[in-house]
Parts: sequence; C-alpha cells; structure tokens
Amino acid sequence: MEVTVKVNGERWDIDVAPADVLLDVLRERIGVKSPKIGCERGDCGSCTILLDGKTVRSCLVLAVEVDGQEITTVEGISYESLSQLQNLFLSNNAFQCGFCAPAIVLSATELLDNNPNPTRHDVQEALAGNLCRCTGYEPIIEAVLAAARGGAK
Amino acid sequence: MVIAKEFEYQRPSTIEEAAQILAGHPGSARVLAGGTDLVAWLRDDAVAPDLVVDIKAIPDLHDISLEGDILHLGSLVTFSDLINSDIVHERAPLLAEMAETVASTGIRNRATMVGNICSAVPSCDAGPVLLGYDTTVHLIGSAGARSIDINDWFVGLRETARTGDEIVSHLTMQVPPHGGVYVKLMRYAGEDLAQAAVGIVAYPGDQYRVAFGAVAPKPFRSARIENALQGKPLDEALIAEVVAMVADEIRPIDDIRATAAYRTRICEVMLERGLPAARDRLNGSGPAYGTRLI
Repeated sequence: MEVTVKVNGERWDIDVAPADVLLDVLRERIGVKSPKIGCERGDCGSCTILLDGKTVRSCLVLAVEVDGQEITTVEGISYESLSQLQNLFLSNNAFQCGFCAPAIVLSATELLDNNPNPTRHDVQEALAGNLCRCTGYEPIIEAVLAAARGGAK
Repeated sequence: MVIAKEFEYQRPSTIEEAAQILAGHPGSARVLAGGTDLVAWLRDDAVAPDLVVDIKAIPDLHDISLEGDILHLGSLVTFSDLINSDIVHERAPLLAEMAETVASTGIRNRATMVGNICSAVPSCDAGPVLLGYDTTVHLIGSAGARSIDINDWFVGLRETARTGDEIVSHLTMQVPPHGGVYVKLMRYAGEDLAQAAVGIVAYPGDQYRVAFGAVAPKPFRSARIENALQGKPLDEALIAEVVAMVADEIRPIDDIRATAAYRTRICEVMLERGLPAARDRLNGSGPAYGTRLI
C-alpha cells in the first residue's frame, strides 16, 4: 500500500505491507536510525518518535496507519545544531551508552512544549516508560529541569 | 521481530461502512484504534486476523462533551485526551486520575479508553472506574445501533458483550455531583499494569459504587459491599465491616506479578483508604485527585 509521510520535514512516498511496523520502516526503508529496537512491546520507550507532535511508540504503530502524517525524530530536532536540551544532556552527563537518549530527548521535548515549567514530579511522569540502564535517571531529570530554567544552573 | 502473518488493511470513513466490512469477515477481522494492544498481540502471534479495520479515519469519534449531567466520550478518546480535558477535570476528575496511572505518555497519546475496555484484560484500568458510574456503551453494527449497560459489558476473561461486526461509537456516563477514587497497586509509581485496583464512586446520601480490577477474570462491582455501605454514614466500624468482606468477594490469582494473598491484603488496604477519600472528595475536601493513596 502506498503511504505518504513526512519524516523530519522530508516527504516520503513508500510502498508498505499492512503488517510492516513503523519502527522497522523508519529504520530499514527511510534510514532513520535514532528510534531503537528495544522491547518491541511498548514498555521500554526506546522506539519513541513524535507523530504529529505527540510521542508514540513506533513499535506499536503500523506503517499504513501514518499515511498523511508528520514524523519527527531526534535527527529532525537537531538538523542544524543541537537543541538547548541536547546540550544540557551533554553538560549533565545525562547519557552513557546513548541507546535511550533519542527517545528521552523527544519525550522531554514534548513535555517542555506542553509545560515550560515542569516540577521534578512532572519530569519523572513524562519520562516514565523510557528505560535507561546506565544513568540512574538523576542526570537526565537534572538536564530537563535545567532546560526548563532556560539553561541556568 | 516482525509480524509473521500478512493481513489486509482497510480504513473506512464511516462507522456504518466499518461495520459492513466487519460483517463480511466473520471471526477473522480485528478493529484497530490506538493499536497499543492489537499491534503487540499481532507481533506475539496472539491474534492472527485476515483483516484489520482501522477506525481512526472516522470523524466524530474524538468528542468529549457534556449535556446536562451526561458526559459523552467518543471511542477514539485517548487517555491523554482525558488528562487534558477541562470537561473531564471539572465533571469527572476520577477519569483523569485513572488515566494518569495508565502506562506512559507515549502509550497514553495513542491508547483509547474504549480500546481498553474492548481488550478487557483483567487489569484494564478503565474497567473499575467506568463501573462506578452509570455508563452506557453505544455500538454500531451491520444490523444497526444498540446500547449496553457497562454492568453487562464485561463477560469474562478478555470477553465483552460486543459482537464481531460491532464497533463502539461512544460512551455516555452519568456525572452528577460525586466523589471518586482509583487506587492501583503497581510495582513502582510511574508505569505498570495493575496488580490489583479498586475504583470507588461516592454519591450523595451515602451511596457507594465499589469495583475491583485485576483480582478476577474481569473487572466487577461488589454488590455485597455496596449494599452494606448504603445509606449509612461512613465510620471506622462500617469500613472495618466491609473490609472484612473483601477476601470473599475477590478471586485473585498467584502470578509473576503478585501472589493472591498479597493482592487480597492490598485490596483491603485500598478499600480502607479509598472509601473515606471518595466521601471527602464528594464533600469538596479530601486528597487532591491524582494523589496516590498507596
């Protein structure tokens, strides 16, 4: 089936089978590798993308479902330069292996778009379901809170 | 891991058309809304339909509106929609309290509440809450429209009263002044399925609805506990009386997430804490909605 989708601002017309999962199509057909293959059942969050501005688990979406929609991945939010949030991830050592980082950056971006002054609890809630096995989450939460403060310590 | 079995995909633009398509594929078609259950099941080969009917192109199923004391919720309303709705926060904040306990934002942005009760797993969070209200499930089938009382909706383990060619169009719920609580046992705050859950709605005149989730094959109301509470001011002795009934009312199992004994004990605690909170919220006090009681 022919699907038209905008990925990070670029229009793609691709032929997919109904059983093709969006995550696999993004990675293997479109070549966007930041959404990761983790649990493949919606638990770990590593396949998170923004679909029409909202985070979704791309492992639980069929490619045929997103015809006419717009997808943003971490490649799309840092096309020209890193976002302030990404820079704060760097300065806070908020990732180690980096596997979870694209998804967490997207989840935090969605949070800050909807709620520019989140509490620590809001950040924890927004990032819940994005598993990180390296950091213990504290530097991630600090980076997001720092971004909410406009980068101030 | 890819989805092993091929299937056909259709995206009708009216609910009647969707019902006709389903009627033409008896027993071999599945309805797709948010997909957070269905796509996981397809991946697991737990379901293997010949046809998937995506209802997301059907307009008018996203509605959240109020007419008098009747709340109207379209079948494509997601858990995030509930959390972000002013109408829900004003008239049925219990729905938002429940929705905030469902999985993660990335799931809540996609998963629909109606999909939750159509999947009808024992731990479905919407079950105990919708049972607390006078909720009616409205369906469109190839033979026309019908309505089902939520008390007749859950038939058994992952089984509902919906027939294969029917699609839920919307729910209507009575939302007169009330106080509610949804208490859910999870391994940690943040994201988990319910190991046990209690939904309570308190109405004026010491009327209570008490429903349990994840401690029987389906979510259910306890008539015995509700009758014992009816018309009597809540006090410690009355709470103790109904808490003592919990063990006989529920049918929990031992599984990887909790033992039956633990589920039973925690249901007692959740009822003990939930009842006064529901009463106090009815009276405009009590813990703010969203406060975790366990």
